Amino acid sequence: MNARLLRRKVINAVMLALTGLCTAVTTSTLFVILGYLVWNGASAIDWDFFTKLPLSPGETGGGMANAIVGSFQILLLAAAVGIPVGVAAGIYLAEFNPNSVFSFLVRYTADLLNGVPSIVVGIFAWGVVVVPMKHFSALSGGLALALMLIPITVRTTEQFLKDVPVSMREGALALGASKWRAVATVVVPAARTGILTGLILGVARIAGETAPLLFTALNNQFWAKGWSAPIASLPVMIYTHAISPYEDWHRQAWAAGLVLLALVLLANIAARLILSRGANAQRS
Amino acid sequence: MSSTPESRVKTAIPAQILPQASDGVQTDLPAVKLKATGINFFYGAFQALFDVSIEFFENRITALIGPSGCGKSTFIRNLNRINETIRGARCEGEILLDGENILGIDVTQLRRRVGMVFQRPNPFPKSIFDNVAYGVKINGLARGKRALEETVEKSLRRAALWDEVKDQLHKSAYALSGGQQQRLCIARALAVDPQVLLLDEPCSALDPIATGKIEDLLFTLKDQCTIVIVTHNMQQAGRVSDYTGFFLLGRLIEFNKTGVIFRTPAQKETEDYITGRFG
Ligand SMILES: Nc1ncnc2c1ncn2[C@@H]1O[C@H](COP(=O)(O)OP(=O)(O)OP(=O)(O)O)[C@@H](O)[C@H]1O
Ligand SMILES: [Mg+2]
Repeated sequence: MNARLLRRKVINAVMLALTGLCTAVTTSTLFVILGYLVWNGASAIDWDFFTKLPLSPGETGGGMANAIVGSFQILLLAAAVGIPVGVAAGIYLAEFNPNSVFSFLVRYTADLLNGVPSIVVGIFAWGVVVVPMKHFSALSGGLALALMLIPITVRTTEQFLKDVPVSMREGALALGASKWRAVATVVVPAARTGILTGLILGVARIAGETAPLLFTALNNQFWAKGWSAPIASLPVMIYTHAISPYEDWHRQAWAAGLVLLALVLLANIAARLILSRGANAQRS
Repeated sequence: MSSTPESRVKTAIPAQILPQASDGVQTDLPAVKLKATGINFFYGAFQALFDVSIEFFENRITALIGPSGCGKSTFIRNLNRINETIRGARCEGEILLDGENILGIDVTQLRRRVGMVFQRPNPFPKSIFDNVAYGVKINGLARGKRALEETVEKSLRRAALWDEVKDQLHKSAYALSGGQQQRLCIARALAVDPQVLLLDEPCSALDPIATGKIEDLLFTLKDQCTIVIVTHNMQQAGRVSDYTGFFLLGRLIEFNKTGVIFRTPAQKETEDYITGRFG
């Protein structure tokens, strides 16, 4: 009896320790990565990093101003295309025909699209945009990322709309609102904090994608000459700098990684803040 | 539209207990505003209403009473066709508004004419002002900002909420208490000037003072509209209503003048219920 009790206690303690250890590994990973980036890249982060163009290989100094701006440009295009399409499709799925075969197919397709390897998305954008236009371009990069943003947006929009209570829809309809009016003026506004959060997280998620940009936006050591020219971006810059043989470029790759991670983390924190604000406003 | 007892042989209401019949005086018969005939209602395979026939008289208050789950909400939700939004729900029978089949009326127009206050308060996540203004705006009923503000104030006053919210009209409706939210929903429904007002237990979350105010409101509203009120409160039914219908297990057991229902009900079930022997 006593031996059994002891055995149980030991097993209990061991399991507790194991799960605790795994939890610690999970949570500390982020901080290890962050620490590693700071350790290797912080020294390369200075005013020049944000304001200067990259120098030629081997020279020390310079910055990644064009890559930072380029990343924002590509994301802007991706958001401008992906968000309206994704939100509209999400509204359709949640509000207008949630149980039709068509909606089922759309939902399924969105999930599959979400799972398509990003390199495949890249080669697709290369095939349909880069090849016909005969050159690499910011446009093709933005469209490739838009393709990745759409399924994320569709599903989060749908989910947050579904969470809006039926009674809210009924309240609007009972006052003589048409279905569309009720959705546009009551249901979507009721879900707006959730949807907004989803959008921020979605954009943050595609911000670090490299594969779809490698042979669409390509890269550029200088400022891009418009949407139909190759453009620099942080992820691709990290890639090219990291595989180069130059010590100073390695440092800059770390720095670029740090900047990218910082931006993504900031977006995440902002999203959480917006969401908790929204929740508080609903409660109080 | 004729509504002589003879024309209703198919209804569930025995002719001898019809309001007019017990009235004796046929000349002061109120006009029928809303008339439901042979309503069977199904949630999928589950039948919630059985052959319900009833008439609501213009400028009168009709109370619907009955134990929980007997189909009162289900019934009044057919009168503005809001049940159509429930998947798998099906309604048989005929409902006439001013003699016109409600299925033939544009549904948004119907709902503007037949307003509803739901059992649970359901304010929109907007400001107090915008909640009340909502129906006015979407129906294009107010000309200009000034007119809109006047309508909002008038509606809030009628719902006995104005004094409590007049300094915080632009605060979120969620900042209000449950009872205040319900009065806000009443104000919201009143703002579009409905001809019929369906109230599903509007006072269940209200204290006696607010309840009294709402009851006063119902009396003043009678001149302008036809009111149907679901209530669990027998005293309230007795106080405010002209007619009372008693529901039990999806059937309308008895319908008559409120005085008759409460003093000399014809059915044993009605008597048991109002004397508190069950439900
Ligand atoms: N959306 C729904 N789907 C399926 N069944 C439902 C639905 N709404 C109500 N019912 C069922 O229909 C019956 C009548 O419900 P209803 O809400 O009309 O009762 P009620 O008289 O309003 O009760 P209460 O006084 O508690 O509000 C109940 O048996 C209920 O379970
Ligand atoms: Mg009910």
